[in-house]
Amino acid sequence: MPAPLLSLRGMTKSYGQVRANRGIDLDVAPNSIHAILGENGAGKSTLMKLIYGVEQPDEGQVFWQGQPVRLSSPAEARRHGIGMVFQHFSLFETLTVVENISLIVPGTKPELARRIRALGQDFGLEVDPSAHVHSLSVGERQRVEIIRCLMTEPKLLILDEPTSVLPPQSVGLLFDTLRRLRDTGVSILFISHKLDEIHSICDRATVLRAGQVTGNIDPREHDAHELARMMIGRDMPPPLHADIRPVGEKRLELAGLDHVEDDPFAVSLHGVSLTVHAGEIVGIAGISGNGQAELARLISGETRLADGERDEVRMMDQGVAHLGPAERRALGFAFVPEDRLGRGAVPEMSLADNSLLTAHPLGLLRHGFIDRMKEAEFTAACIKDFDVRTPGPEAEAGALSGGNLQKFIVGREILLRPKLLFVAQPTWGVDIGAATAIRQRLIAMRNEGVAVLVISEELEELFEICDRIQVLHKGRLSPSLDPRTSGPEEIGRYMIGANVPASEVA
Amino acid sequence: MFVLPRLIRRERASARMAVLAPIIAIAAAVTVNLILYLVMGKNPGAVFHAMLLEPFMSWASFSEVLLKTGPLLLIAQGLAIGFRAKVFNIGAEGQFILGAIFASAIPVWFPQATGGWIWPAMLILGAIGGALWAVIPAFWRVRLNANEILVTLMMSLIAAQVLNYLLLGPWKDPKGFNFPQSVMFQYDAMVPILIPGTRVNVSLLIALVSAILAWVFMQKSFRGYQFLVGGLAPRAAAYAGFSEARAIWLSLLIGGFAAGLAGAAEVAGPIGQLQRSISTGYGYAAIIVAYLGGLHPIGIVASSLLMAVLYIGGDNAMVSADLPVAAVRVFQGSLLVFYLAATTFVRYRLDIGHDAKGGTP
Repeated sequence: MPAPLLSLRGMTKSYGQVRANRGIDLDVAPNSIHAILGENGAGKSTLMKLIYGVEQPDEGQVFWQGQPVRLSSPAEARRHGIGMVFQHFSLFETLTVVENISLIVPGTKPELARRIRALGQDFGLEVDPSAHVHSLSVGERQRVEIIRCLMTEPKLLILDEPTSVLPPQSVGLLFDTLRRLRDTGVSILFISHKLDEIHSICDRATVLRAGQVTGNIDPREHDAHELARMMIGRDMPPPLHADIRPVGEKRLELAGLDHVEDDPFAVSLHGVSLTVHAGEIVGIAGISGNGQAELARLISGETRLADGERDEVRMMDQGVAHLGPAERRALGFAFVPEDRLGRGAVPEMSLADNSLLTAHPLGLLRHGFIDRMKEAEFTAACIKDFDVRTPGPEAEAGALSGGNLQKFIVGREILLRPKLLFVAQPTWGVDIGAATAIRQRLIAMRNEGVAVLVISEELEELFEICDRIQVLHKGRLSPSLDPRTSGPEEIGRYMIGANVPASEVA
Repeated sequence: MFVLPRLIRRERASARMAVLAPIIAIAAAVTVNLILYLVMGKNPGAVFHAMLLEPFMSWASFSEVLLKTGPLLLIAQGLAIGFRAKVFNIGAEGQFILGAIFASAIPVWFPQATGGWIWPAMLILGAIGGALWAVIPAFWRVRLNANEILVTLMMSLIAAQVLNYLLLGPWKDPKGFNFPQSVMFQYDAMVPILIPGTRVNVSLLIALVSAILAWVFMQKSFRGYQFLVGGLAPRAAAYAGFSEARAIWLSLLIGGFAAGLAGAAEVAGPIGQLQRSISTGYGYAAIIVAYLGGLHPIGIVASSLLMAVLYIGGDNAMVSADLPVAAVRVFQGSLLVFYLAATTFVRYRLDIGHDAKGGTP
C-alpha cells in the first residue's frame, strides 16, 4: 500500500458520558474510495467531524500526507484540501444557490453560475444557480452541497450518505463522477448504510461499531451478509413477507387534484389521483423535487384549501382539504414528515415534550394542562418499543442521531393508533437495523388494517413493503403499479418521465 | 499568530449558564458603568452607594422600590409570554398609556361618583384599553404579515399623541391653571394601600398573582406549550396543527392586557390623575426586565425588583452624586447588552488558546 494520504492514530472523542470515538486508527490511501460503515450512533459522524476540523479530538493524532497536522477548523481542513458534504445541510435558505457557493468559493457570480451549470451537467447534479435555497427540495439541496464541495477542488472528499436522496440513475452518474475524481487523484471517504453501493464503488472499507473499529477490509472480497454482521454484530432479522390480502374501505382519496403553488420554485400538482385503502401500503416513488413536498403538505393539512374545495382531499370518507393538521389527526390521521429537526420534532425540547407535539390527545392532557406523569410514561414506552438509543425521556431531541430521532418520531405516530398513516422518507439516513425495524412496523400496521401511504426515494424499500406503487414526476402521478408484476425498469421509466402519465391518458 | 477565540455549540443547553447569565450581566454592567462614572469625574463609590445600596437602606425608599416593581412585573410577565412565542410586542408603552386613558375615563367623566366599585372598574377598563390597542398590530400581522415590532412601536408614538390631545383638550382640568393634566381623582378611584404608611397598593399583589398565573400558563398548560413550540420551531407547530394566528393574537392581547392594567394602576395609584408623565418608560424597561428574567415567570420577579432598584437608585444618584439622567438609561441598556451576550454561552462555549498553527504552513 502506498503512503497514506490521511492517517488517524488513536482518535478519541467523548461528549459527556458518551464515548463517541474510542482509539480509532484509519488510513486513507491516495486514489481510493474508502467506505466508513456503521450503524447510527456508531461514531461515523463524529469521526468525520474530527477529520473536517469541526470538532477537536480529546486524544489522537492526524497525519496528512505523512505530516502531523492539527485540524482546528473546517477552513483549516479546506486549506489542506479536505472537503465535506454533510448529511444535515449547511446552506443559507434565504440566499440563492450561487450566493451560497460564493460564500466559500472565490469568483464573480456569473462565472460561478457558469461553473455550477457545467459541474451539474458533467455529474448529473443539475440545479438552477439563481434559485433560492428555501424553494429547493432536500434532494436538490444536497446537489448544491456536492457541487459546492467539488468547486473547491479537494484532495480528499468526505461524503456523508451522499446517495440517500439521489434517484437511481443519478447514483450511477455520481459513482462515475466519484470514480473519475479518484482517477484524477482525489480520495473519497464514503459514508453509507447501503451495502450494495459499498460493494460496487469502494476499494476499502472501515467498519465502526460503538465508537471502535471492528473491521478493515476490502469490501469486494466480502459479501453483504458479512459486512452487515461486522456492522451490527448480529444477523439481520428476516423481512416480513407482504402477502396479498383483501383490502378494506377507502381511507384516503385524491381524485384528480390540481394545485398551483404560489412559489415559482415549488412544483405544482396536476391531476393527482391517489387512493389508499385500509390494510394496504401504497408507495409513492419518484426523484425528489417532483412535487413530493407539495403533495405531502396537501395531505398533512399544512397546506389548506378553501372551504369549497374540501372534497379535493378525502379522509375516512370526509372532505378534509379545508381542515388543518390537528383536525385531520382527530379523524385518525398520523404523519411522519421527511425533515425531522424543526418539523417532526423541536430540537431544543426534550423527547417528553416532543411526545406532546402530536400525542397529546392520548390522555396526556387534563383540562388543558400537561400531565407530566402520562407524558413521561408515553415517552418511555415509545423509547422502549422502538429501540430509541437515548439517555432517557429528558434528552433533547436535537442531541439524538438522525436514525434514533426517526425511530422516535415513527414510534410516536404509530402509537397514536392511526387509521391512516402517512410516512415520508421512512428510512432516510437510518441504518439497516433500524430501517428494517421501521419497515416491519409499517407492514405490521398494514396487517392490522391500517391504511399506509409511504413516500420514498428508495425503490428497494418500496418494492419490499408496498402493495401498490405510483410514481410522481413533474407534479403528475402515474397509474398504480403492482411491484409483483412491474419491474424496477418500468417504474424507472415513469421516474424519468419516459412513460405517458395517467392524467394525460384519461 | 494571534487566534481569535471561537464559539462552539454545546451538545445541550447549559443550565448552569442559564442561571449565571443574569448575574454575570449585572456584575459586568456595574463594573463598566462605575468605570464610566470615573471617566466622567464622578466618585464611583458614591454613585454605587446611592444607586445600589441606598434603595435598601430605609423602609421608605424600599417601599418606593416595591411601588415601581408592580408595573414592571406586570408588563414584563405579559410581554414574556409573547416573546417566548417569538411575537415581539415592543409597544407595551403605548398599551400602558391607553390603559391609563381608559381607566381615567371613569373619574374624568364621573368625578362625583362614589363606591367601592370604581377602582376595580377602572383597572378592568384599563386592561381592556391596553388589549384593544394591541388588537391593531395583531390584526395587521395576521392579515397582512406586517411586522409587529414596527407596528407596536409606532402605535406607542400614536398613543403618546392621543394622551397629549386629551390633556390639552377635552380632558384638561378646567381649574388646573392650564397645565396639561386631568382633574385629581376622587378617593374611591384610588387603589387601596397595601402597606400602611407607604404608597404601595394592591396592584403589587395583582402583579404577583399575575406572575403565578404566567408560571402556570407557560409551564403547565398545553396552550403555553404550543406558544413555546411556535417560538422554537414554527414548522413543527404547523406540522402539529398549532395555529400561528391564534398564538399571535393571544400573545399581543395578553401583553396589551397586562400593560393596560399596569397603566390603570398607575393613574389610580401613586399619580392619582392623568398626566403626560404617567410612564417613565415602564413599557420599554419591561422588555429588559423580561429578558433579564430569562423570559421565565420566576426570573422576572427578581429582574423586575432589580430594575425598580435601578429606577430608585438612579434618582438617588442624580440627586446625591450629581449623575445625569441619561446615565441611568445607559445602565439599563448596558445591562440588556451584557445579558444578551452572556446568554450566548448557554448554548455555546468559548474555545480559547487552541492554536491553529498545528499544520505546516
